[in-house]
Amino acid sequence: MSTPNRIFLGLTSIALGASITACGSNNQASNCPDCDDQVTVGILHSLSGTMAISESTLVDTEKMAIEEINKAGGIQINGKKYEIKYIVEDGASDWPTFAEKSKKLIDQDKVPVVFGGWTSASRKAMLPVYETKDAFLYYPIQYEGQECSNNIFYTGATPNQQSEPATEFMFKLSPAAGKPFFLVGSDYVFPRTSNTITKEQLKALGGKVVGEDYLPLGNTEVAPIIAKIKKALPNGGVIINTLNGDQNVAFFKQIQDVGITPRNGYYVMSYSIAEEEISTIGADFLEGHYGAWNYMMSINTPASKKFARNFKKRWGNDRVVADPQESAYNMVYLWKAAVEKAGTFNDNAVRKALIGVKFDAPQGPVEVMPNHHLSQTVRIGQITSNGQFKILQSTDTPIAPQAWNQYEPSSKGYACDWTDSQKGRKYRL
Amino acid sequence: MQLIIESLFNGVAIGSVLLIAALGLAIVFGLMGVINLAHGELMMLGAYSTYVTQLIFKLPALKPIYNAYVIVAIGVAFLVSAVVGILLERSVIRRLYGNPLETLLATWGVSLILQQFVRSVPLAYGTGIAIALLTGLILPILLPKNLYKKNRAHLVKFGTWSVSALIGVISSSGLSATISKLGRASARNVDVTAPAWMRGGFELWGITFPMTRLVIIVITGIAVLSVTWFLNRSVWGIRIRAVTQNRSMSDCLGISTETVDVLTFGIGSGLAGVAGVAISLLGSVGPNVGGSYIVGCFMVVVLGGVGNLMGTIIASFCIGIITDLIGAGRLLTIWPQMPAPLASAIDFFATTSMARVLVFALIVIFLQFRPAGLFPQKGRMVEA
Repeated sequence: MSTPNRIFLGLTSIALGASITACGSNNQASNCPDCDDQVTVGILHSLSGTMAISESTLVDTEKMAIEEINKAGGIQINGKKYEIKYIVEDGASDWPTFAEKSKKLIDQDKVPVVFGGWTSASRKAMLPVYETKDAFLYYPIQYEGQECSNNIFYTGATPNQQSEPATEFMFKLSPAAGKPFFLVGSDYVFPRTSNTITKEQLKALGGKVVGEDYLPLGNTEVAPIIAKIKKALPNGGVIINTLNGDQNVAFFKQIQDVGITPRNGYYVMSYSIAEEEISTIGADFLEGHYGAWNYMMSINTPASKKFARNFKKRWGNDRVVADPQESAYNMVYLWKAAVEKAGTFNDNAVRKALIGVKFDAPQGPVEVMPNHHLSQTVRIGQITSNGQFKILQSTDTPIAPQAWNQYEPSSKGYACDWTDSQKGRKYRL
Repeated sequence: MQLIIESLFNGVAIGSVLLIAALGLAIVFGLMGVINLAHGELMMLGAYSTYVTQLIFKLPALKPIYNAYVIVAIGVAFLVSAVVGILLERSVIRRLYGNPLETLLATWGVSLILQQFVRSVPLAYGTGIAIALLTGLILPILLPKNLYKKNRAHLVKFGTWSVSALIGVISSSGLSATISKLGRASARNVDVTAPAWMRGGFELWGITFPMTRLVIIVITGIAVLSVTWFLNRSVWGIRIRAVTQNRSMSDCLGISTETVDVLTFGIGSGLAGVAGVAISLLGSVGPNVGGSYIVGCFMVVVLGGVGNLMGTIIASFCIGIITDLIGAGRLLTIWPQMPAPLASAIDFFATTSMARVLVFALIVIFLQFRPAGLFPQKGRMVEA
């Protein structure tokens, strides 16, 4: 065997060894010495593939929340203290894998709750699993709505808590107020539904949509889209961006090169770009564009600062926190509060107890509503050169979530309420 | 006129990304007949080399010449991918010549290993390994030949490899100590930022030409010209073509076919690395970046006609221009009075997703009539 062969084999075995340790490392230091018992929860996000860039930050946040709870004495039920343990599974950016790993967590590991998912496609793949097994999923991402499962708790924003106020802001108050809109998104369920809602809303507001285009997931050739935007918006306007993951990098790098910039009157409002994404894409490319979230790292309250500080302390000083992470952080605490309120880990009792639970989140107070979504504060921000949002608008009180959108014709006039057995998933208002 | 120029430029811009990505494959798959599914990962290594080069040029000592890092990165990426490619050829592919199915499976496995490698191993270690391999391969060439006398040869070989291993260890620990971003393993995508002179664009006839696209077109042009020159004019190029045409006859005439195989594969892989530099300038760099290009590469090579460089060039520009014509909805602008049913049909396909579907459909139809591609040519098949 010649020397290069040996080197190559060595290299291979290093990679294999490293991957095995990466998958197998689940050693959690016991940091609740006076706990009497343990409860194991499931964490299910993509740690590999396209979505790993985003979803790995949620795993970090959920681990941090669990460690915080353990340090503070764990979950207390009837005077008994439970330490939270977790099993992390990799959804691998592959939707059937999410369903498969959910089954594994529920059937094999018997976890009382799973914190997981990012893309709507992964949630849609997991939903039937949780409904048939009557298990629990906590889903932390802002999404397109139009869903209300008895087995999922949604701690991210619904369209009326993110895209609707954002569209209204761009149409009425932004520097491009009154100008036409162009809609760009990745080709899957969230961007398409979100854009349907935006189009209906703009019709009601009297705005104009001059074009829309969707980039297949995994494709980063944005040249035709940019050509279309230049043709459709010759004098500037608003671009609503629902691209996902690393496609944003290609998009923002290339629109800047052809002069689609705030200075030339083009303003991009993105629904999937938070502080974490800004630091990856680079603030140079995003400065002056907009974003809408419930939580922004620049919120100047003690709770928000403490959250950011603790995260940096745990995971490194160059890390940032963003809305999806805050949402992931909240759901762990909400689950803990519900379990303590119910006094048991039993599914149905926890589900009932969770509704009405209030939590002082880093963004401000949130409350679980009867439709399994959260009431949250909505903020609109402009991206600054240091990679943060300058908050331009913030609602005074939390906005109640609408699971069924009131602009979308198929769901107009419907709502969801799981506290009333007569109403349930979808009833007429 | 403006419309035609803009459309043409866009088509050439998309096409040149396809071309630079497919050029290496045109050599490896076209000339050698090796189905290398790890080609995309060799591109990924090139993209990561660009990222590491960029970070090294951000160090205070090199800051003044930061703007030139892209040019250095092209060389670095070529070397890194070429060395990994040569190792791949010597260790895996060489043993599987004549077994296309096994080659396909083995190279796919290698692609998974490489993806997981960049995910789980800190980039500083990867850089150290690359530096060690490079010095290990280059040292014997630099050392005087008479060192390799019979009884000393093994000792000298051992010596050079241990020296290069040492250099690798030192440089990797040095890198992880000075640049914290290289010291941690991360599955997260990283970003290559083009230097200031490559950002933005310039306007001519009311059209904005983005600089990065122009740079990529230039890189592609240079790569194509040098490959053509190498294959047609240089001694080794002529030997490669001789082996492509008739392996056993070339062997009889004293051409070392093994060396030719290594060289061909090395150049093909090196070109994948150069393509990695180009794609890192357009989007983000991640472990999966190669996967999104590999299908396009094979498509271009098959459409162009296996074993024909000219076909690859024309095929990639055709695909680029058609993608732009359909995807950007230009047909409607060119011919505004077209009948309503046709116009609505074209409008339906005027999205990026549908353009991709339609381009694939057109290629499938084309291959029905000309299964050997645009320029069919008899190349050396793996069976031969």
